Amino acid sequence: MIGLPALYTLAGLLFAAWAAITLLDKSHPGRLGTALFWSLIALSFLAGDHLGDVANGALVVALVSLVTLGFPRRGTSPETPLSDRQSSAKTLGNRLFAFALIVPATALAGTLIFPHIPIIDPKQVTLISLALGVLIAAALLLRTLRLAPVVAVSEGKRLVDGIGWALLLPQLLASLGSVFALAGIGDIIGHSVASAIPQGQHLPAVLAYTLGMAGFTIIMGNAFAAFPVMFAAVGLPILITGLGASPVVIGAVGMLAGFSGTLLSPMAANYNIVPAVLLNLDRSAVIRAQTITAIPMFIFNTLIIWMYAFPSP
Amino acid sequence: MTPLLGILVLVIGFAVRANPLAVVLAAAVTAGFAAGLDPLAVLAALGKAFNTNRFVSALWIILPVVGLLERAGLRERAATLITSSARLTTGRLLILYLAFRQLTAALGLISIAGHAQTVRPLIAPMAEAAAARARPEITADDLARVRAMAAATDNVGVFFGEDIFLAVASILLIKATLETAGIFVQPFQLAVWAIPGAVAAFLIHSARLLALDRRLAAQRTP
Repeated sequence: MIGLPALYTLAGLLFAAWAAITLLDKSHPGRLGTALFWSLIALSFLAGDHLGDVANGALVVALVSLVTLGFPRRGTSPETPLSDRQSSAKTLGNRLFAFALIVPATALAGTLIFPHIPIIDPKQVTLISLALGVLIAAALLLRTLRLAPVVAVSEGKRLVDGIGWALLLPQLLASLGSVFALAGIGDIIGHSVASAIPQGQHLPAVLAYTLGMAGFTIIMGNAFAAFPVMFAAVGLPILITGLGASPVVIGAVGMLAGFSGTLLSPMAANYNIVPAVLLNLDRSAVIRAQTITAIPMFIFNTLIIWMYAFPSP
Repeated sequence: MTPLLGILVLVIGFAVRANPLAVVLAAAVTAGFAAGLDPLAVLAALGKAFNTNRFVSALWIILPVVGLLERAGLRERAATLITSSARLTTGRLLILYLAFRQLTAALGLISIAGHAQTVRPLIAPMAEAAAARARPEITADDLARVRAMAAATDNVGVFFGEDIFLAVASILLIKATLETAGIFVQPFQLAVWAIPGAVAAFLIHSARLLALDRRLAAQRTP
């Protein structure tokens, strides 16, 4: 069955190729440390399931140690000059957009078709179809541009050099969430919010719930981590059981209140930090751009719960 | 000692702008120790979680395609296309993208676009080109603000669109959480309540994008 292991093998080989390119590049500043960094990620993808938990933990510590020592560093190979790109843009014209649409189109088709194909893991349909789209798009682009496959790897290397250590942040933050859960942080926060509310009034209880959702989401970077905690601590005992609120509204709109927190969280690396790095922006630029949308949305969702969740008197 | 120390480490670490990876590792270790785990158990918990979450980093396999598209001139072509259509301003372009993201996310198609797939190679260069047309003397800071707004638009579109789709992870999580409390609801009931938020997000963010257009046009020197 084609599932995550196939995807991880592909990713592992790509990171191993990036490590090899770095190692062969004699002009690279910090060649060894950078190559080691990419090799460790390759190792995690290719052999992570056989290493055991403690060895995987040691791998994380090794990766973070390399980062604190200033690795990975950028290579010196320059981007294709602007004039070449402009003439290529002229030759290819709007066909370029067709190439850009291959990955999205394959993801769309795969999401619809793959659940009916038994050899593909039905739980991983989206990731597998994305990977397939990547392979198709890379093959077609290389053919049209008449380039060797190694160019695809080195173009990817140019981008991954720009992203650097930030590449690992989303995965490490997701792991932190698991450790926090293990340490019982959610329950502590939930109970302290619950004990701070005056009994029997609607608005303070709603605010405690939505502020708790947004605030805990900002800390964890993920509304999914905050939702079960705030629902168990405030949503269920105080709003639903205590004040007779509708579980549907409390559940659905409470999650949306958490999403406002995601827009403001530096911990939500995938959404806020990675794009800042990809677009050469200050680390907090995307969060700043989102603030004026996130705050009215938070107020809106709080009002929806306050006005529509309770039975009319 | 309370595991909340882990959060304290996180907050202080981010505040002094230490490297986020080191801060996250320190926070995990602190929370683990404070909860009474021994060092090896903390290491094992972290390693296990890191290994389970590899799919988060696996999506970087898209980078070679983005790199090839850039080499082939996609950013330059996108900018040319925008310059030739005077009515497509930065704000209007991003409003179209917002609607596209919300509608496709509401159909469950979240991964068909994104920061690496579409914002960097396509949407951000187009938005920048439109901004430079509206204001030829635009500064690098203002262009950076336009790029940040392009990324923000992608996030707002996904967050306030996806919950209309019945089978999205967050709807299933809400359903599962309610079920553990003995409350049984249908995904459809939950998805309906995501619609007001989706409409409000579209209106609020579109108003901001139109305001961005006005700001770009207003500061034009005669």
